[in-house]
Amino acid sequence: MSSAILERQANSQGLPGLKSFRGPFLVLLVFAVVIPQVHSDYLFDAILTPFLAISLAALGLNLLTGYAGQVSLGSAAFMAVGAFAGYNFLLRIPGLPLLAGLAFAGLTAAVIGIVFGLPSLRLRGFYLAVSTLATQFFVQWALTNISWFSNDDTSGVISPPPLHLGGFALDSPVRRYLLCLGVVAVLTFLAMRLVSGQTGRALIAVRDSELGARVLGVKVLRTKLFIFAVSSFYIGVAGALWSFAYLRTIEPDGFDLDRSFQILFVIIIGGLASIRGAFLGAAFIVVLPLLLSRAGAILLGPGFDSGLVDLVQKIFLGALIILFLRLEPAGLSALVGRLRIRRNAT
Amino acid sequence: MTVAPALLTLEDVDVVYGAAITAVRGVRLHVGQGEIVTLLGANGAGKTSTLRAVSNLLHAKLGRMSRGRITFDGRSTAGLPTSRLVSSGLVQVLEGRHCFRALTIEENLITGAIGRRASKAETATDLELVYALFPRLRTKRAVLAGLTSGGEQQMAAIGRALMARPRLLILDEPSMGLAPIVVAEIFLALTALNRDQGLSILLAEQNATVALKAAHRGVVLENGRVTLTGIASELSARDDIRAAYLGLNKPPSSESSRSKSIEVVA
Ligand SMILES: Nc1ncnc2c1ncn2[C@@H]1O[C@H](COP(=O)(O)OP(=O)(O)OP(=O)(O)O)[C@@H](O)[C@H]1O
Ligand SMILES: [Mg+2]
Repeated sequence: MSSAILERQANSQGLPGLKSFRGPFLVLLVFAVVIPQVHSDYLFDAILTPFLAISLAALGLNLLTGYAGQVSLGSAAFMAVGAFAGYNFLLRIPGLPLLAGLAFAGLTAAVIGIVFGLPSLRLRGFYLAVSTLATQFFVQWALTNISWFSNDDTSGVISPPPLHLGGFALDSPVRRYLLCLGVVAVLTFLAMRLVSGQTGRALIAVRDSELGARVLGVKVLRTKLFIFAVSSFYIGVAGALWSFAYLRTIEPDGFDLDRSFQILFVIIIGGLASIRGAFLGAAFIVVLPLLLSRAGAILLGPGFDSGLVDLVQKIFLGALIILFLRLEPAGLSALVGRLRIRRNAT
Repeated sequence: MTVAPALLTLEDVDVVYGAAITAVRGVRLHVGQGEIVTLLGANGAGKTSTLRAVSNLLHAKLGRMSRGRITFDGRSTAGLPTSRLVSSGLVQVLEGRHCFRALTIEENLITGAIGRRASKAETATDLELVYALFPRLRTKRAVLAGLTSGGEQQMAAIGRALMARPRLLILDEPSMGLAPIVVAEIFLALTALNRDQGLSILLAEQNATVALKAAHRGVVLENGRVTLTGIASELSARDDIRAAYLGLNKPPSSESSRSKSIEVVA
């Protein structure tokens, strides 16, 4: 019996075959067809769109940290690079299609990712994490102080151009949500392909034993820089979606160290080296606080000090995270995997 | 045995770590085509350092080859990245196995084909060969490597290296920490590979008994220097080897030399 569990565990940990695309595809159908029937701007604008953007950023970080073992605290910086690059490309190249703008946003972040990934060739673990902090502070500094990036706008808060997709105006919450869903779905599919092939095995090999990977002929340096680039691409696109579709303003402030930690929490809670973990973790981190503040408002009644509610909510969330990780160190993804095995077994 | 053309040669190799620690001094050895050569030595003798020099892995440990020349297949290996050496057939199984614990045994084996850019079909054939060699791995194919025994991990590490289709297989202390019966199983597989497929093997070991039984020739390292080389059967008959490495036939005068080697260990 235990060996059956190990087999299943191995399957869920790693490398899915084509069959395993079926589950995610069904989930996608629900999100693309069923949920848009709901008439609630709040649901799309305040919950699902940020959930998708954070999921995508977490997916990007999970490729880097979960699969390849390279710790990064610079996620928010790459989101910021994506947001500002997308803004500038769309602003300065008239008629550039939105999707091309998003791709350029990702590519710019990827280039920056390679540059700031160079220390990973020498540094590991905490030391690498500290060097990615430099990315975080440098990018935020550059975006705040070099006014060209914000088109010399002195207010510091700039609006993205109106969003069009082939003559189709993305002017409602549902449409912006569907844009995010489409982009996230395609990139998720590509990520699943990536990690299920030889590249995915090479990433895990580099994480589990760099020397062991090298001795088999894995080009460790190239692999690391490659995954820095891919991860930054994903996080950059996520940043662009966050700014364009969710906030609808572009400002460096939202992309601070807190955001980097948030993305890191998402993958730790969701499950490292797991694609679905990025989504489960994002649901937990993005949606739960909303529910908590709702609950807080109902329990404490209106007119209560909102700062205090905020604080209580943070403490509650923190306690929940600690408790959860104590019980399930491998994250929500492992929990879901186990529930499935139990269901299949009965 | 007639003199086979050497597949691997080391000439006067020095290895230093940092700027100061010289781990290996003036090592000369060669491995002929189809030969099993064992590199014997106590803890810290310089076996691993020598093998790191061969696979160009020293820089990852902040070491370098400060002197000497290594050739594989007649060509100098200087400056070649490990991945190039692997694709030309020089493959090493590291000391301590280095299995990828979050991958299954089978996935571990498949990573061995990365350096070779093997096709799916080639990978599948090679997998079968590895499973035929180590039937135990077949039963554990879907188990995460981190959850298997030390012996199974060692077999997986060897199998993984075989997936790269080596012409020279280098192994660093494959017997380390394993039960005698598992060691016997592994050495049986190695000698079979050598006998049936002509695979050349360079094998670092502290367990001189098994190593000398499997090998054609032996090279003894002490404090980074080669102190003895010779035919394996002759080496295992020598009193000093028996005393220092085989723990047999302890002559009264070797009491002090034995305790010295224990001192090195401690
Ligand atoms: N990374 C390193 N940095 C500095 N010195 C090292 C390093 N690795 C090995 N040494 C030193 O080099 C010498 C030879 O070590 P080496 O690991 O090559 O011996 P060995 O024969 O493989 O020993 P063992 O049987 O214990 O594996 C030792 O004195 C050791 O302290
Ligand atoms: Mg050693």
